[in-house]
Amino acid sequence: MGIISRGFGGRRRESVPGLPPGQYLTHDFPVLSAGPTPRIPLDRWRFTVTTETGDKTSWNWTEFQALPAEDVTVDIHCVTKWSKLGSTWRGVSLDTLLADVESAADYTMVHSFGGYTTNVPMEDLLDGKAWVAYKFDGEDLEPEHGGPARLLIPHLYFWKSAKWVNGIQLMPEDEPGFWEAAGYHMYGDPWREQRYQGD
Amino acid sequence: MTQPGETGAALDGNAMAGDLREIFAVDVTAARYMCAGCTHTDAVATLMVWQHSPGLVARCPHCSDVVLRVVRAPDRVYLDLRGSVRLEVPLEGS
Repeated sequence: MGIISRGFGGRRRESVPGLPPGQYLTHDFPVLSAGPTPRIPLDRWRFTVTTETGDKTSWNWTEFQALPAEDVTVDIHCVTKWSKLGSTWRGVSLDTLLADVESAADYTMVHSFGGYTTNVPMEDLLDGKAWVAYKFDGEDLEPEHGGPARLLIPHLYFWKSAKWVNGIQLMPEDEPGFWEAAGYHMYGDPWREQRYQGD
Repeated sequence: MTQPGETGAALDGNAMAGDLREIFAVDVTAARYMCAGCTHTDAVATLMVWQHSPGLVARCPHCSDVVLRVVRAPDRVYLDLRGSVRLEVPLEGS
């Protein structure tokens, strides 16, 4: 017959503004995890910035909650190809957390309870591009989504937005984190589809 | 420790059989690993595997350290074995 369907019902990904190449829209919030979900009591929570010279600045939960917070609405893009547009978060900007830290480091390693790590260049944490978020959609962040607090760095693939974040090590040289060491891209820009090493 | 059956929780090491068969000519789930974290040794099939993740993450059931990771790209597979001190692969016919 030679009748070729034009594929009605197919996804027209290019027609969705805000959707990077190769991504599809989701309206729920998939849970991805590389290990057991840590349950961190708030009285044992602590976030620590460590400079390349070993100087430490840290906040317990009460001190962290006293910092100025921001409400942000952002699009998030997972390397497993789902994207969620217009998600709402509340958190503390990295500009605030790093404001009084003396450092010449160009790179950082983000650390989490449970041992997860991911590397992020310093400039990608600054100028209103990243937060330590503790509320999602108006509610306390659930442990499955990284609560009590997770990094939120929406302009990079979401594996960079480390769940259960507990610190940032500032580094003079770039080093791979958990997924970057296992084949994922060192930077992870969704608009350039930097999923794997060499992309 | 999250147990199999919970959200995002572990399967056992047999979940990696297909991916590992593409890399090795033998069934690696029958090989014995030694965990770099605690030196526990057992069959790869006994590892706890998280698969709702950007890759497969296999953890030691004894200490929960990561023993191996498998990342699939469209045209290649990465196998990260830094959490394994060694793999002991039985030889056919022995």
